[in-house]
Amino acid sequence: MSKKVEHNIKAYGNNFTTMTPGPFAIKLRTCKIWQFIRFIIINIKMLVVVRKSH
Amino acid sequence: MARLVVLGGGVSGHTAATFAAKWLGSAHEVVVVTPNSKWNWIPSNIWVGVGEMSKEEVTFDLAPVYAKAGINYKQAKAVSINPEGSDLVNKPFVTIEYTLAGREGMTENVEYDYLINATGPKLNFGATEGLGDANGLGEFTVSVCTADHAVHANEEFQKCIQKMKKGERQKFLIGTGHGLCTCQGAAFEYIFNIEHELNKAGVRDMADLKWISNESFLGDFGVGGLHMKSMGFAVSSKIFAESLFTERNVDWIIGAHVNKVEKGKVSYELLDGSMGEEEFDFSMLIPPFAGVGLKAYAKDGTDITATVFAPNGFMKVDAKYDAGTYENWKASDWPKTYQNPTYSNMFACGIAFAPPHPISKPMSSPNGTPITPTPPRTGMPSGIIGKAVAHSICDRILQGENAPLHEASMAHMGAACVASAGKGIFDGTAAAMTIYPVVPDFEKYPGTGRDTDYTFGEIGLAGHWIKHILHHLFIWKAKLKAGWTLIPE
Repeated sequence: MSKKVEHNIKAYGNNFTTMTPGPFAIKLRTCKIWQFIRFIIINIKMLVVVRKSH
Repeated sequence: MARLVVLGGGVSGHTAATFAAKWLGSAHEVVVVTPNSKWNWIPSNIWVGVGEMSKEEVTFDLAPVYAKAGINYKQAKAVSINPEGSDLVNKPFVTIEYTLAGREGMTENVEYDYLINATGPKLNFGATEGLGDANGLGEFTVSVCTADHAVHANEEFQKCIQKMKKGERQKFLIGTGHGLCTCQGAAFEYIFNIEHELNKAGVRDMADLKWISNESFLGDFGVGGLHMKSMGFAVSSKIFAESLFTERNVDWIIGAHVNKVEKGKVSYELLDGSMGEEEFDFSMLIPPFAGVGLKAYAKDGTDITATVFAPNGFMKVDAKYDAGTYENWKASDWPKTYQNPTYSNMFACGIAFAPPHPISKPMSSPNGTPITPTPPRTGMPSGIIGKAVAHSICDRILQGENAPLHEASMAHMGAACVASAGKGIFDGTAAAMTIYPVVPDFEKYPGTGRDTDYTFGEIGLAGHWIKHILHHLFIWKAKLKAGWTLIPE
């Protein structure tokens, strides 16, 4: 699991120079508690942009 | 009594028509002309295309909604506009051709005081050999541009899954089918939803996924990319996109103009002038967009289509169409009121207005083939523009023809975008992004062209929840259910 994403990198291929997430970053993406917090924050950020755009 | 005719019932036209009907009341008439009997929440077609939603969940019948709103609904397609009337009629009118069952092919002239052109695009499959023809989608690839296309796409996708379960390796090729396409975001969503579904089906290891697009760099999305604040850095969308493609093991070809599609194979030309071929078992390629082919005639019958419409078939508005080369482009080139410069009672909104130029830097191959994303007009800007245009027209009807016009420049508005990367209440993900402004303003925001305090993006389950909520929220709003005006565009 920890090296799974790194294994997708192909030396001197298209994706050799990009950054890849580690297992903790990937875990956080579907961690329900963390994502609930992000849900609140993203909604606030989006509402600010929506308000600025009307 | 004044009559406002709205051509098109998509996001922009529907927003304009429903707000106009609310603001004008029964003292004036709002007419909607659209060839479709159903309204389609297009962003969710992605989920129909992988079997996670049905067609019925992303569409609803327009007739009862317009009846409730007091809108005169004509299920027909607009054929031509006579903005000065004709020899026989002094008032301007639109010629329409019915698509309603039982009245197919019948024509009618609908007079108007004000006209909104919100026809959306023609899906120009015929622009690429083998991608389709004048009648629409071809036989070699699939599409998620309409709900019916998405249903078909899912049928083909399920066949691939069955083949993989029997041990047959499958190659998926997703992206854009021409050098001048827009809507890379839809293809982006589709390829990651496919990847997610393949994982769920337990056959991911039997699949090769490849992206092909006309973007000069991954993450361009037709808006020249964007810089987002992350971990104290202003990070390019290129980094984020490449990271996601790598994480999900999706290879990519960029700067590609697909010039031919055959059974199981596409041919393409790259920005460096080289030619290539890519084989596939399943391919979804977004077609380029064009105007729907409306004609315009002067009072004496002279064809004035070139006066009213740009060469790509979209309606000219108050944009600066002679901005010249990329170095001379400014945010102020973009339209503000969407009023036609020749006929002040005609407006265009959504995809139907002619943009002054692309947003991404135009590029072409050494062979002279243009390979540049055309500017996207996503749901939020389309809705805001539709509402602003409706507001302008209602003010002119109610307060007099000198009432000031409302403005909604894409160079002064932001957009919130949620790009699904897989559906699932606990394992789904989506990239939630805001971009401000949509059209970069390099004079106001030197360097990135955008305000990085209001331009951000991140991927996660929260984004999926937001996309799912927006699905229900916007269908609720489009059905004009209780509190619909409180839901922002």
